[in-house]
Amino acid sequence: MVQIKRHDQKGKLIAVEGLDGSGKSTQIYLLKRWLELEGYKVFFTEWNSSFLVKKATKKAKKSKLLTPTTFSLIHCTDFADRYERQIWPLLCAGFIVLADRYFFTAFARDVVRGCNLEWVKNNYSFATLPDITLFFKVAPAVAIGRILDGRPTLKYHEAGMDLNLHPDPYESFKLFQRRINDAYENMAEEFHFTVIDANRPVDIMQRQVRDIVKERIDLPAYKLRTRIVL
Amino acid sequence: MKFYGKGLADIKADELAGKLIVIEGADGSGRSTQIRLLTNWLEGRGHGITDVGLKRSTLVSAQLDQAMQGNILSPITLSLFYATDFADQLENKIIPALKAGFIVLADRYIYTLMARDIVRGGDRDWLKNIYEEIALVPNVVFYLDVAPRFLIERNMKKSAGLDYWESGMDIRLSRDIFDSFIKYQRKMKQVFKHLDTLYHFEIISGNRSPRAISLDLQRRIENLMKV
Repeated sequence: MVQIKRHDQKGKLIAVEGLDGSGKSTQIYLLKRWLELEGYKVFFTEWNSSFLVKKATKKAKKSKLLTPTTFSLIHCTDFADRYERQIWPLLCAGFIVLADRYFFTAFARDVVRGCNLEWVKNNYSFATLPDITLFFKVAPAVAIGRILDGRPTLKYHEAGMDLNLHPDPYESFKLFQRRINDAYENMAEEFHFTVIDANRPVDIMQRQVRDIVKERIDLPAYKLRTRIVL
Repeated sequence: MKFYGKGLADIKADELAGKLIVIEGADGSGRSTQIRLLTNWLEGRGHGITDVGLKRSTLVSAQLDQAMQGNILSPITLSLFYATDFADQLENKIIPALKAGFIVLADRYIYTLMARDIVRGGDRDWLKNIYEEIALVPNVVFYLDVAPRFLIERNMKKSAGLDYWESGMDIRLSRDIFDSFIKYQRKMKQVFKHLDTLYHFEIISGNRSPRAISLDLQRRIENLMKV
């Protein structure tokens, strides 16, 4: 079994995970705003956003060139780029790093696509475990409703169409999200997810998120020593 | 055929009818010449040939090239980018060709990818786990063994200069590219010696004429085809 280690740097890493529509991005954005306004050293990074790798991923997704194996590896490459250039150096520099999705997203999605979990874990094992992982738990039907109510155009991979679960993108999305949710729940204990009930209003959830962060991180140690005008 | 590890879902390795022949060796060891000569020889005998090599996937080769030019990727990222490139060619070129009974000539394989990272301080187990899970065991791996001083000569003749990466300039073995090239290639050779104990290469002396090497390879491939 692959062991993923926890870092011993001065910085702190907070990751949010959950289904599309669980509200996690809103929550981490509000957490970031609060920490910034309070004058803490904070950095935000999101899934699938490395400048160089993204170009390849975008092209590949468009032309449906990806298999489960290459889908997994290309996202791991993207993550590695952000990890090596930003996340890790900032943890060393004593920043609070906020990650909108972390490697658990890959563990869930890639395994649903048929990759072997131990292999995926190995590939990501160069990265540290987060100090806090907030899992926004919501009934799949609620999250799916939030996404589908606007009748958006679902992207091919977003809807899990590559899994051939259902010819209709909306039906496929529902089945796919349920499987992802199961995968998250299977990981929750092993990786010590802090479970947040995401069926509640935004401000109530944010209060809980801030309380957790205040309790588990000695915030005064992360004050910026220079003034930055926001 | 078989996979080193668990393998790819939906692929039955024992149903792959073709042969996978890998040629490994440093830059300037004569790999591409040998592949050209073997292609002629094998096609002349009526075999279908597919050739693959590093950084040739439709998926990421353009971005990988761009990254190499600017030297902007960190080591783990670069390593994973190469793994993606390899996996894409494996699934979209190598396996379909083997299914169709073709002979696949691979200009380098997972061994070079692992060796480059090991020389740069990469984690051996991590690399092993990435590649062994998905890679097919080749029918044979030829390692063209050429002394670094001959490699220099051939590289100079070929491109009137030494390649930045193939000289290991990124790991700062020396400020001098000539010196760095020799040191880097010696290190690579050591790592290949270690990999040989794990993966069993056929070591081919590359300090001979291209024709002599080709006849040697042909003889070995003939033996392989009889089995």
